[in-house]
Amino acid sequence: MFADWPLLSLVIWTPILGGLIVLTMGDRMPEASRRVGLAFAVLTFLVSIPLFTLFDRGTHEMQFVEMIPWISTFNIHYHLGVDGISMPLILLTTFTTVLVVIAAWEVIQYRVSQYLAAFLVMEGLMIGVFSALDAVLFYVFFEAMLIPMFLVIGIWGGPNRIYATLKFFLYTFLGSVFLLIGLIYLYTQSGSFAILDFHHLPLGMTAQTLIFLGMLLAFGVKIPMFPVHTWLPDAHVEAPTGGSVILAAIMLKIGGYGFLRFSLPIAPDAAMALDWLMVTLSLIAVVYIGLVALMQQDMKKLIAYSSIAHMGFVTLGFFIVFMIYNNTGSWQGAALGISGGMVQMISHGLISAAMFLCVGVLYDRMHSRRIADYGGVANTMPWFAAFFVLFAMANTGLPGTSGFVGEFMVILAAFRADFWIALLAATTLILAAAYTLWLVKRVVYGEVANDNVAGLTDVNRREFWVLGVLAFAVLLLGVWPAPLLDVLAATVDNLVRHIAVSKL
Amino acid sequence: MDTIYLLIVLAPLFGAIAAGLFGQQLGRTGAHTVTVAGVAVSFLLSLVVFWHHVFGGGGVYNETVYTWLVSDGIRFEVGFLIDNLTALMMLVVTFVSLMVHIYTIGYMHEDPGYQRFFALISLFTFSMLVLVMANNFMQLFFGWEAVGLVSYLLIGFWFKRPTAIHANLKAFIVNRVGDFAFVLGIAAIVFYTGSLDYATVFGQAEGMSQAGISVLPGTEWSLLTVACILLFIGAMAKSAQVPLHVWLPDSMEGPTPISALIHAATMVTAGIFMVARMSPLYEFSVTALGFVLIIGAVTAFFMGLVGLVQNDIKRVVAYSTLSQLGYMTVALGASAYAAGIFHLMTHAFFKALLFLAAGSVIMAMHHEQDIRRMGGLRKYMPITYATALIGSLALIGFPGLAGFFSKDGIIEAVSLSEIPGAGIAYVLILLGVFVTALYTFRMFFLVFHGEERFRHAAPGTDHDHGHDHDGHGHGLQGDPKESPWVVTVPLILLAIPSVLAGYFVGPLLFGDFFAGVIHVDETRDVLARLGESYTGVMGYITHGLAMPPFWLAMAGLATAWYVYTKRPDIADNARRRAPWAYDLLNRSYGFDQFNDVVFARGTQRLGQWLWRFGDTLLIDTTLVNGSARVVGWASRQVRQVQTGYVYHYAFAMIIGLLVLIMAFAF
Amino acid sequence: MIPLSHYLILGAILFALSVTGIFLNRKNLILLLMCIELMLLAVNMNFVAFSHYLGDLSGQIFVFFILTVAAAEAAIGLAILVLVFRNRQTINVQDLDEMKG
Repeated sequence: MFADWPLLSLVIWTPILGGLIVLTMGDRMPEASRRVGLAFAVLTFLVSIPLFTLFDRGTHEMQFVEMIPWISTFNIHYHLGVDGISMPLILLTTFTTVLVVIAAWEVIQYRVSQYLAAFLVMEGLMIGVFSALDAVLFYVFFEAMLIPMFLVIGIWGGPNRIYATLKFFLYTFLGSVFLLIGLIYLYTQSGSFAILDFHHLPLGMTAQTLIFLGMLLAFGVKIPMFPVHTWLPDAHVEAPTGGSVILAAIMLKIGGYGFLRFSLPIAPDAAMALDWLMVTLSLIAVVYIGLVALMQQDMKKLIAYSSIAHMGFVTLGFFIVFMIYNNTGSWQGAALGISGGMVQMISHGLISAAMFLCVGVLYDRMHSRRIADYGGVANTMPWFAAFFVLFAMANTGLPGTSGFVGEFMVILAAFRADFWIALLAATTLILAAAYTLWLVKRVVYGEVANDNVAGLTDVNRREFWVLGVLAFAVLLLGVWPAPLLDVLAATVDNLVRHIAVSKL
Repeated sequence: MDTIYLLIVLAPLFGAIAAGLFGQQLGRTGAHTVTVAGVAVSFLLSLVVFWHHVFGGGGVYNETVYTWLVSDGIRFEVGFLIDNLTALMMLVVTFVSLMVHIYTIGYMHEDPGYQRFFALISLFTFSMLVLVMANNFMQLFFGWEAVGLVSYLLIGFWFKRPTAIHANLKAFIVNRVGDFAFVLGIAAIVFYTGSLDYATVFGQAEGMSQAGISVLPGTEWSLLTVACILLFIGAMAKSAQVPLHVWLPDSMEGPTPISALIHAATMVTAGIFMVARMSPLYEFSVTALGFVLIIGAVTAFFMGLVGLVQNDIKRVVAYSTLSQLGYMTVALGASAYAAGIFHLMTHAFFKALLFLAAGSVIMAMHHEQDIRRMGGLRKYMPITYATALIGSLALIGFPGLAGFFSKDGIIEAVSLSEIPGAGIAYVLILLGVFVTALYTFRMFFLVFHGEERFRHAAPGTDHDHGHDHDGHGHGLQGDPKESPWVVTVPLILLAIPSVLAGYFVGPLLFGDFFAGVIHVDETRDVLARLGESYTGVMGYITHGLAMPPFWLAMAGLATAWYVYTKRPDIADNARRRAPWAYDLLNRSYGFDQFNDVVFARGTQRLGQWLWRFGDTLLIDTTLVNGSARVVGWASRQVRQVQTGYVYHYAFAMIIGLLVLIMAFAF
Repeated sequence: MIPLSHYLILGAILFALSVTGIFLNRKNLILLLMCIELMLLAVNMNFVAFSHYLGDLSGQIFVFFILTVAAAEAAIGLAILVLVFRNRQTINVQDLDEMKG
C-alpha cells in the first residue's frame, strides 16, 4: 500500500513539520512538547520502515524516486531517491532520533521545545542529505543541517561551547565551500545538477584531481580524517548528550556517504591516483588516533577519538579497493572493502550512540566527564555497568557485536592489498581494547571511589529501554548482518564496476 | 542430529541468559538449577554425539546452520563440523564444565554475585562449544574471542579488587595481541583460498604452501608458513605460550572454579585444539612446525621452573598449567597432534581436579592461598587429600594414571621427530618431567603434610599473593573442615577419569580415532612409528617403566619428599646460595616488568606525546588556532584603515574614483 | 552668451569646495551636511547647464528630483543631528567615530 506514496518526501518533511509544531508550542508546556516531539520522531521512524521492507535488493538503480522541477533556469530539480548505501543510513537516522528524543526526556529542562525542534528539523535535513539526487538540493541540506547542530551545541552545550561551535562550524564550512566549487564546475561541464549525470561525466585527470581534493576537504572534515579531526573532540565534549549522539552516529556518516556518492564515482581515476594518500590518512587515524585516545582524561573525548579511529576503518575500506587492484590486478575483494566500510558506518552509528548515551547517563548524575572522578560504578549501578561493558566490547570489535563485522571485512580486504596495511589496520584490535577497557576499568570497576559514586542510582526505566534497544541492535547486527549486506550488495557491486572503468 | 547439535550449543546459552538477565527473579537456587540443567543437557547430548560418532559409525557432519553474510563471493557462515576430534572436545568441555558448575554451588555459596557467576560460566561453555564445533574460521574466531571475553569478565569477577581488574585487563589485551595475529592469519588464508570454510581451505593447502608472499621487501616467504605462524601466535596468547603467557598467572585473581574450567581445562587448550584442527595446513610447513616445537619446549621447561618458587597455591598450579600446555604444543610441533589432544584431554581432567582441590583447600583455609601457611591438612580433609594425590600423580606421569600415557606419548614422539629443534626440545621436556614432579609434590607436601602452620599466623613472610577477599584469613580458629558434598563429588568424579582416561591410549594415539581428521605427512608420522611397537596398555606401562621420564619423575617426587618433609632447610639454603636464580624465577624472568615498562608505559608515553604534541600543539594550537590568529592579525592591520570618519572614507572614494578614471582614460 | 564651460567650471569649483569642506572639516557636523548640500547643488548646476545646452528638458526634471531628495535628506540629516547632539552632547565630527574598526 505504501509503494506509490512519496515516501522519501514524507520521511524528510514529517520531522521538519513536527519540529515546527513543537517549536510553536513554546516553553510553557514542556511535557506536551516532549510527547508531540516523540510522536513525530516515532512516526518518522515508522514511515521509514517501508523503505527497508519494500526495498528491491536486486537492483542498483535508485528507488522511491521523486522528481519535480525546482529552479528550471539552472536545471535544478527536487530529485530524491535511495539505493543500497543511502537507505540503511536513513533508517539509522530515524532510529537514532527516536532514542535521542527519549534520552532527553527529563534531562533537558531548559527550552525543551526548541531543543526537540532542533533535533527533529535536523533529522529531516539529514535524511534529505542521504536521499538528495540533485547536487544543489544535496548542498542545501548539507549546509542547512549544520544550523540546528550549531544551535544545539551553542545553547545546550558545556562551558566552552562557543569555541566548540565556532570550530565545528568553520571547519565544516571551509570544507563544503570547496565542494560547492566542485559541484558548480561539474554543472558547467554537464549542464545538469543531477548527481547521477555527474557519475557518467567524462573528466580529465586535472579536473578529477581538483574535484577529488575539494570533496576530500568537505567529506574528510565531516568524517573526520586526520589531520582535520580536531573539531570533533571539542564539539563532542561541549555538546549535550543528544548532540553528541547525532553527531557521532549520523553526521560523521555523511562524510563517508559523500565519498561513496560523489568522490569515488565522479573522480575514480583521481581516487586511484591518490589512494596512497587516503590509505595513509586512514591508517594514521587508526594507529595515531588510537594511541591518542588511550591518554584521554575525559570520557567524551576518549569516545570521540575512538570514533575517529573507527571512521578510519571506513575510509580504509573505501580506498583500499584501488590498492587491491594495483597490487593484484583484479577487483576481487573490492566489494568486501566497500561493504565493510559501510557496515562499519552503521555499526559505529549504533555503538558510538550507545557509548555517548552511557556517558550521558553518568553525566546526568555526577555532572562530570572526568574519568578520574569515577571508579567502582559497577557497585552502585550494576545494570548500567553491564550495558557499558557490552558497548565497550562492541567498541573493541568483539565478534558477536556489530563492531566486529566491518572491521573483519576491512582487514580481510586490506590483506589483499598489502600485508603491512592489514597489519597496521589490525592493531586496532589491541589499541581499541586498550583504550576502551582501560576506560571501563577506571570507571566501572574497582572499589567505590568517592561519595558521589556511592550515591549513584542505577539506570531508570527510560534509560534502560534506550540502552536495551541499542544493545539489541548491536547484538543483532553482530550475529546476523546478512540483511544489511543484502541491501548493500547490488549497489556496491555496481559501484565497483563503475570505478573500474577509467573516465579519462 | 542437527537439532541435537543446536541443542548442545544453545542449552548453556539459554541457562546463561536466564541466570544473567533474570537472576534476581530466579533467585540463587533458580540460577544454579537452570544453568546446571543447561550444561547437563549439553553433557548428556555430547555423550550421545560421542557415542554416535565413535561407536555408531556416524560419518563426519559438516553443515551450515545459517549464512552470516555474503560479500564479494565470500560466504561467511555459521555451521558445525562434527568429527571424532570435535566429539571428544565437546565431551571434555561439557564434562569439566558440569563438574565446575556443581562445584561452584559450594564454592561461591556466600558470594553476592552468585547468579552472575553462573551466567558467565554457562556463557563460557556456550562460547567454548561454538569454538570447538566450528566448521569455518569466522566462527572459530567468534568462539575464540568470546571465550576471551568471558575469561575477562570472570578474572575480574571480584571487580572491587585492584589486582583482579588489573589482571583481567592484562589478560584481555595480551589475548588481543594474539588475536591481532590470528585475524591476519585468517586474512592470509582468505586471501589465497577466498573461503573461510575448513574443508575448502584444507583442500587448497598444498597450493597455498607454494604461493609466496613478500612480507619484507626482497624476501619471498611461503604464504602458508606465514599464515600458520600468525595463527599460532594467536594460539600462543590463548594457550599462554612464551612470551604471551604473562596473563595466565595473573588470571588466578579470578575465583577458583574458573581457574579450573577456563584457565586450566578448556579455554587455554583452545590453541592446542586449533593447531590440531589445522593439521592439514601445518603439515605443509616444516618451518611453522619447528616454530611451534621450540615455543612449546621453552614454555614447558622454563615455566615449570618458575612453578618451583611460587607460594600461592593457585599460582603453582597455574605455572604447572603453562608448563603442561608447553608439552601439548611440543607434541603439535612434532606432528604428534593426537598426542597433544590426548594430553589436552587427560590434562583437562587432572588439572581441573587439582584446581578444584586447591579451591577446596582454600575454602577450608578461609581464603588463605599461601602454601607456607598450610600443612598437615591430610587428616582434616581426607577426600580432598586423596583426590589431590591422584591429580598430582597423574600430573607427574605416575605409571598407570592418565598423565603417564599422554606425557610419555609426547616425549617418545619428540624423541623420534626429525623436525629442526627436536633435539633441544627433547632435552627440555625431559628435564621438565623432573621439574614437574618437584613443584607438584613440593606443593602437595607443603599443603597436606608436615607441620600445621596455619595455626599461627606467620609473621614477617612476604605476603604478596594471598588475596583474602573477605579480609580475615590469618590465624585460623579451630580445625579446618572438609568441604561439603557439592565440592567433593566433582572432585571424585574428576578423579575417576584422571586415573582411567589414559587407557584410551591405544585408539587415540596409535589407532584410527583421528583418521580423516588429523593429517600427518607420512615422513613425519612419529606416532605411527611409535605405534609399531605398541602391544597394549600393559606393554606400554612396562615399557614406560624402563624409560627416563619415569625415573626423572620419581627422582623429582623423592627430592620433593626429602626437601619439604625431612629437611626444609635445604630449600632455604638453596635460595640463599643462589639469590639471583631465585630472583629470576620469582620474577618469572622479568617478562612482566619488561611488558610493563616497554609496552604499557611506552605506549602511554607515546600516546601522551602524540596527543600533546601532534593534536594539541601541532594541529590545534599551530594550525587551527594559528590560522585563526593569522586572520586576526591581518584584520587588526586592516582595521587601521577604518577610522570611522566619513571624510576619510569620502577621500578614499574620491581617490579611488580618480584612479579609475585615470585607468580608463589612459 | 556665457559659454557652457563657465557653468561647468563654476560647478566644478562648487564641487571642489564642498569636497574640500568634507575633507577638512573636523569640527561641526552641520558644516558637513551643508557641504553635501553644496555638492548636490554643484551637480544641479551641471544638469541645468547641460540641459540648456543640449535642449533636453529631462536634465532639469532631474534637478527637481535632486532638490526634493536634498530637502528630505537635509530634514532627516538635521533630525539625526539633533538626536546625536541630545545623546552625545556634541556634534564634533572628530568625536563621532563609532564605526572605527
